[in-house]
Amino acid sequence: MIKDSPFEKALIEIISEGLPLVHQPYAAIAAQLDCSETAVIDGIKRIMARGDLKRFGVVVRHRKLGYRANGMVVWDIPDNRIVEVGHCIGQYAFVTLCYQRPRRLPEWHYNLFSMIHGQDRSAVIEQVEFIAEQCGLHDIEHEILFSQRCFKQRGASYSRKLRSHHPGIAING
Amino acid sequence: MRQFSSLEQRLLNEFQHGMPLTPNPYADIARQLGVYETTVLETLQRLQTEGVISRVGAVFRPNRIGASTLAAIAIPVEELEEVAAIVSEFTEVNHNYEREHRFNLWFVVVADDEDQLEAVLAEIEAGCGYPVLDLPLLNEYFIDLGFDLKWT
Repeated sequence: MIKDSPFEKALIEIISEGLPLVHQPYAAIAAQLDCSETAVIDGIKRIMARGDLKRFGVVVRHRKLGYRANGMVVWDIPDNRIVEVGHCIGQYAFVTLCYQRPRRLPEWHYNLFSMIHGQDRSAVIEQVEFIAEQCGLHDIEHEILFSQRCFKQRGASYSRKLRSHHPGIAING
Repeated sequence: MRQFSSLEQRLLNEFQHGMPLTPNPYADIARQLGVYETTVLETLQRLQTEGVISRVGAVFRPNRIGASTLAAIAIPVEELEEVAAIVSEFTEVNHNYEREHRFNLWFVVVADDEDQLEAVLAEIEAGCGYPVLDLPLLNEYFIDLGFDLKWT
């Protein structure tokens, strides 16, 4: 794993929490970190160049946008097909995550996780059927775990100290 | 759900990635949309206040920031709220959700490193009295370009 400098850690923390909504947001961050605006922008470019920053922009809340159904679809994919099937499922725009995770037998035998947001449950079910059709997964055991209550939601961040001031429970998905 | 203006729709759909790394990024966005910078700032502020967007910010790959895992617990329904509250108390826990399954509580744990992650999982197990399923990310098959919103 790449070692972040203390400056980069602070920068990651701040841009994960959010870019200020002001005329010169990078200058505002620079003032906070006691460095130049250029150092902030170059620092973000450096972090981005490592390829671990997935997105930098408007972070939407699906539930507030009418996507009320969220299904985590778990699949039991034969090990020799995992790469092929993973790429097949991951290519669709309505799939927002597609990860391989370990089986934990006997309690848990699913090894591929994909997240689907839909306007309602039937939309999610329809998209799962579409995926099964397109990726040849008819004989593959799978389940849709629809989300119910959200007890807590917050983005990942660096330090325990900085995290501790966040509210414990978020209502929105 | 309320109706969104065409400006709001474009801000929500076209700017989920590619935030300009220039001194005045909101002015650059405004130019692309043909509106004033203050309009962009006011609109984003309103969307954030309403909770439609959580922020304008960065989303990192799992495990980029320290060590993380997806965890699940199977809890008798009548105890779910109580156990969920115990789990949410941990500052290392985020995205703590109820899901429809025998494993009915799902949450993400983020720690500074693998050792701390293991320790937190053990603390959670001890705190709630049920075994925790630890499902760390092995591989990612996905290019995240944001979520394509359909306006109907």
